[in-house]
Amino acid sequence: MPDIRHLIVDQIPHLRRYARALVGDRAQADDLVQDCLERAWSRMHLWQVGTNIRAWLFTILHNLHLNAARKERNRPGHVPLGAGVAEPPVRPTQEDGLAVRSMWQAFSSLPEPQRAALLLITVEEMSYEEAAAVLGIPMGTLMSRIHRGRERLRRLMDAAGDEGSEQGT
Amino acid sequence: MTASSDAIRKVDLHAFVDGQLDAERRRAVAAYLDANPEAARRVAAYRRQKAALRAMLDPVLAETLPRTLRPPRRARWRVHAAWAAAAAILLVVGVALGWQIRGAGPGGMPQGAAVAEQAAIAHTVFTSQRRHPVEVKADEEAHLVGWLSKVLGAPLRAPRLAGLGYHLVGGRLLSSTDGPAAQFMYEDANKNRLTLYVVNHAKWRGKAEFQFAKDRGVSVFYWIEGSLGYALTGQIARPELLSVANAVYKQLER
Repeated sequence: MPDIRHLIVDQIPHLRRYARALVGDRAQADDLVQDCLERAWSRMHLWQVGTNIRAWLFTILHNLHLNAARKERNRPGHVPLGAGVAEPPVRPTQEDGLAVRSMWQAFSSLPEPQRAALLLITVEEMSYEEAAAVLGIPMGTLMSRIHRGRERLRRLMDAAGDEGSEQGT
Repeated sequence: MTASSDAIRKVDLHAFVDGQLDAERRRAVAAYLDANPEAARRVAAYRRQKAALRAMLDPVLAETLPRTLRPPRRARWRVHAAWAAAAAILLVVGVALGWQIRGAGPGGMPQGAAVAEQAAIAHTVFTSQRRHPVEVKADEEAHLVGWLSKVLGAPLRAPRLAGLGYHLVGGRLLSSTDGPAAQFMYEDANKNRLTLYVVNHAKWRGKAEFQFAKDRGVSVFYWIEGSLGYALTGQIARPELLSVANAVYKQLER
């Protein structure tokens, strides 16, 4: 039998990375991961051995995030959460370069569903099936979010004139 | 190749970037990109996006976890209502026997009793599990012992008890009030199960001294050796358990 505690612990840095990119604020993101882990510890007997524990954990995290965002929206006088995720997830270093930072700015301006899809696919490197399951959407919806997200990013970066030198266009 | 090139859709470009194509399809898309500079530019842009996101986000993986995100020490006891019930019963048993709920003082005895109590609870909970009595089975013994040694921070060994009719079933990691604990489970031909419980307590400097506790069919021999607390638990007669305890002690003597 695999050791579920270790399997969960192995995923914590990944859950943090996803939450940080999704929520933006470090403390808020870690709170989200903490809620997710509490739920996971208390329900780990429900996890079926041999099934995908990463998808299970990310699904919990994602649903908690949606619930929190919904509550936030319904609160009078709230400031939209996803609106200002321009704060970089980690302190940018000199080596990060202008391109990386402006890419992050552009990425932060995408609608959250597109950001979530792109993060799971490109950063967490999930399969399309896995990401669709985590987000609770059909494959077609996932692919369309990926496509729209990437195309919008590409246009934003083109407009910023960032691409020209590398691509020779 | 032109025939398949016609069928390349935008989904294929994404799957190409994301490494989610089989080899044949991958070759087809690569050929298509050679012939379609516009599509190639898009793929290159997607790749830059991916690289930039990774460059931005990967450092999060290397960060030290905040305390709030480390696994709870006592998570196991919250897991199953049935386990909780079993634990509650044994807690009552323990109190009835005068066991200390936690290592009450700096002396060896109360701590040893706490070890015995937790070992007895874990014994009752896990030996009654038919399908999943252990986390790692005996066929992965080296992995099991290595893993538990690493978690407990002390070199452990699973004693050989075949001479006494008991073979190793496997083992598991437990959480206790003293941190991580290890449980090795043994079984004889009649399916009688014994467990050896081990916990490492850096502050202990004990000497081996067998103590015995028993109630309602659960017998425990426990002792402390260096910083390690041991408890051998079973539902067998005291002399028989003592002979196993002696064998365990001799094998683990350093």
